Amino acid sequence: MAQPTLDCRGLRKVFGDLVAVDDVGFHIDAGETYGLLGPNGAGKTTSISMISGLLKRDGGSITVDGEEMTTINLAAKALIGLVPQDIAVYPDLTARENLVFFGKLYGMSGKALQSRVDEVLEIIGLADRAGDRSDDFSGGMKRRLNIGIGLLHKPNLLILDEPTVGVDPQSRNAILESVEQLSSAGMAVLYTTHYMEEAERLCDRVGIIDHGVIKAEGTRRELVQMVGEHDRIRLETTSGGLQSAVAALSELPSVVEAGAGDGLIELLVTEAGEHLTKILSIVTEAGVAVAGVDIDEPNLESVFLHLTGRALRD
Amino acid sequence: MNAAWTIAVKDLKQRVRDRSALIVGIVAPLALAAIFSFVFNPIDDFEFSAQYVVVDQDGGPAARLFVDQVLGGMTGDGTIEVEELATVEEARTLVDVEVKPFAEEVESADAAFIIPPGFSAGVASSDPVSMEVMAGRGDQTAAGVAVAIAEQFASQLQTARVSTATAEFYGLTGDRAEIGLRALAVPNLAAVTDAEATSKILTGTTFYAAGLAIFFLFFTVQFGVNGLLEERHAGTLPRLLAAPLPKLAIIVGKGITAAVLGLVSMAVLVIATTLMFGAEWGNPLGVALLILAGIFAAIGIMGIVGAFAKTAEQAAVFSSIIAVVLGFLGGTFFPVGQAGGILAKLRFITPHAWFMQGLGDLQGGNVADVVPAVLALVLFGVVCGTLAALGVRRGMTV
Ligand SMILES: Nc1ncnc2c1ncn2[C@@H]1O[C@H](COP(=O)(O)OP(=O)(O)O)[C@@H](O)[C@H]1O
Ligand SMILES: [Mg+2]
Repeated sequence: MAQPTLDCRGLRKVFGDLVAVDDVGFHIDAGETYGLLGPNGAGKTTSISMISGLLKRDGGSITVDGEEMTTINLAAKALIGLVPQDIAVYPDLTARENLVFFGKLYGMSGKALQSRVDEVLEIIGLADRAGDRSDDFSGGMKRRLNIGIGLLHKPNLLILDEPTVGVDPQSRNAILESVEQLSSAGMAVLYTTHYMEEAERLCDRVGIIDHGVIKAEGTRRELVQMVGEHDRIRLETTSGGLQSAVAALSELPSVVEAGAGDGLIELLVTEAGEHLTKILSIVTEAGVAVAGVDIDEPNLESVFLHLTGRALRD
Repeated sequence: MNAAWTIAVKDLKQRVRDRSALIVGIVAPLALAAIFSFVFNPIDDFEFSAQYVVVDQDGGPAARLFVDQVLGGMTGDGTIEVEELATVEEARTLVDVEVKPFAEEVESADAAFIIPPGFSAGVASSDPVSMEVMAGRGDQTAAGVAVAIAEQFASQLQTARVSTATAEFYGLTGDRAEIGLRALAVPNLAAVTDAEATSKILTGTTFYAAGLAIFFLFFTVQFGVNGLLEERHAGTLPRLLAAPLPKLAIIVGKGITAAVLGLVSMAVLVIATTLMFGAEWGNPLGVALLILAGIFAAIGIMGIVGAFAKTAEQAAVFSSIIAVVLGFLGGTFFPVGQAGGILAKLRFITPHAWFMQGLGDLQGGNVADVVPAVLALVLFGVVCGTLAALGVRRGMTV
């Protein structure tokens, strides 16, 4: 890849005494979904506001497809689709009118605009409610319209700021699915959230942000390994010989730690999924009957906890 | 500036849908105009008083008739006082007295009647005659009444001439017929020189129609200029700022919205009050110029409020206070200018007063007379609009 769709380095924003964003840098390639995962007040929205040219930065650089982003560079702004954290639609306009209005602001017009609006209405599942005023919509429908406006002009970079806050599970799923589709269609996506499950499901890479600083960055697996977290396997057994099984398991390179007691064998391993078959066969050979298996893979929640000493959601 | 139009069209669509602009811009002022026009018409209740001076340089019978009978007959109940002066200079001094704001009551005259030498002789001969009325700087109604008195006298002379002429025609003889015979040959009857006074008075209905229209205009344009605060409230401001358009386009868009709302409201009010209540706005071109300039001034002033208010609610409160204070001070509800004194001068710090003044000037029938008022209004618009635009640009961030 010659140049990333978004490249930002050393971003900094100060509000009075508060350093809201401090030396934040990351890049996103076309077709890639990057997640900014962090609790409320971490600096996600502030970072996004600088990236989309709403807010002047106090330091750092931002380029979108090589175009330097400033609050007045319209060419750079045209490349971005922003889905603000707070629902940003006109309540007294219909879904279609909302889409058409913003489409025009992005220089679209005529038949091209109309057919793109129809297309987006399909994507966000509002085709049959296109003529209804958006203040009649449910929270989830408003959220979907909010997203539709952001992707209307087929931006190279789609920025979604906590797009699923306060929506029903069904709408949330629909939103996540459409983000997945857009990404596989080649859009670069910047997705902020404080929901660890969303980051895990959607994002190719995740930056963990807290107090304006990116604490760690990488794929889920990289992050998990970075903090030295391991998968935990728990075997329920019905017959004896546990100690010899544990001794045999300890020989395996993937097993970091092994122990037994109270009819249970507990293991810490590097890749539970990959090695489970091997582990089970060793245990069976040692004459132990297994009644149940419980695998606990560490997630970004535990990574966050490890990095900050706090839970993601307090 | 395509984007500005797109924004304005969107805003107008919203304003049409929520109907509040319609109520404030058209329904409320029309309803009040109807009430004022039919029920109160309070301009008639205004206590009228006038101080006139008269200089009789002629001293002949016709002149004495005017001074003693016509003017003298009016002084009975004390509402009109007439003083006879020896020289035109004395009269001019009193008429020219500036009624300064915050100043003590000074001796002044609302109008001076100057009867030139040879007036009586002219009436009795074939020479054209004229009487001059000098309007004072204070009470414009009193000055207007003075002109009306002179005109009334002129038409009485006319009647006298015609009847004596008729008497002569039918062969009647005597003094009256002799005077009449000569009078008949006079081509110009007693002409009244209009010394700027008649042009300044709006009739009751027109006064209230115009006052209400300009008063509510300041509320109407709010629906445009407070649009930015609404965008912020709706959360759509970040969207507009993220879109590839200059900030100025957003500001201009809001300005267009305000102007269109103001224009529609004023146009409807002018037409409706003319048709329904018989308001006489005056020359359409002059009215149009005043309205356009008035809208410009209103957008500028309300724009400042919109630019520096934190929320739409705050802006609404401040705007209302300002619109009401300026409206009252500017004499849109009662004719401050005719009350004289401090307010009569102070009112000119409001665009409302200039608008009313401009319409008054227009009553003389000359479009050019509105130029000072239009310029004053445009100045309000330029100064306040610039401040507003600067303030808005600074505050236009997330
Ligand atoms: N305009 C502002 N003025 C002052 N402080 C702000 C402003 N915007 C955000 N902040 C502060 O900056 C920090 C980061 O906020 P934000 O970027 O909104 O966090 P997040 O989106 O991750 O919840 C918070 O402490 C917030 O209070
Ligand atoms: Mg946020």
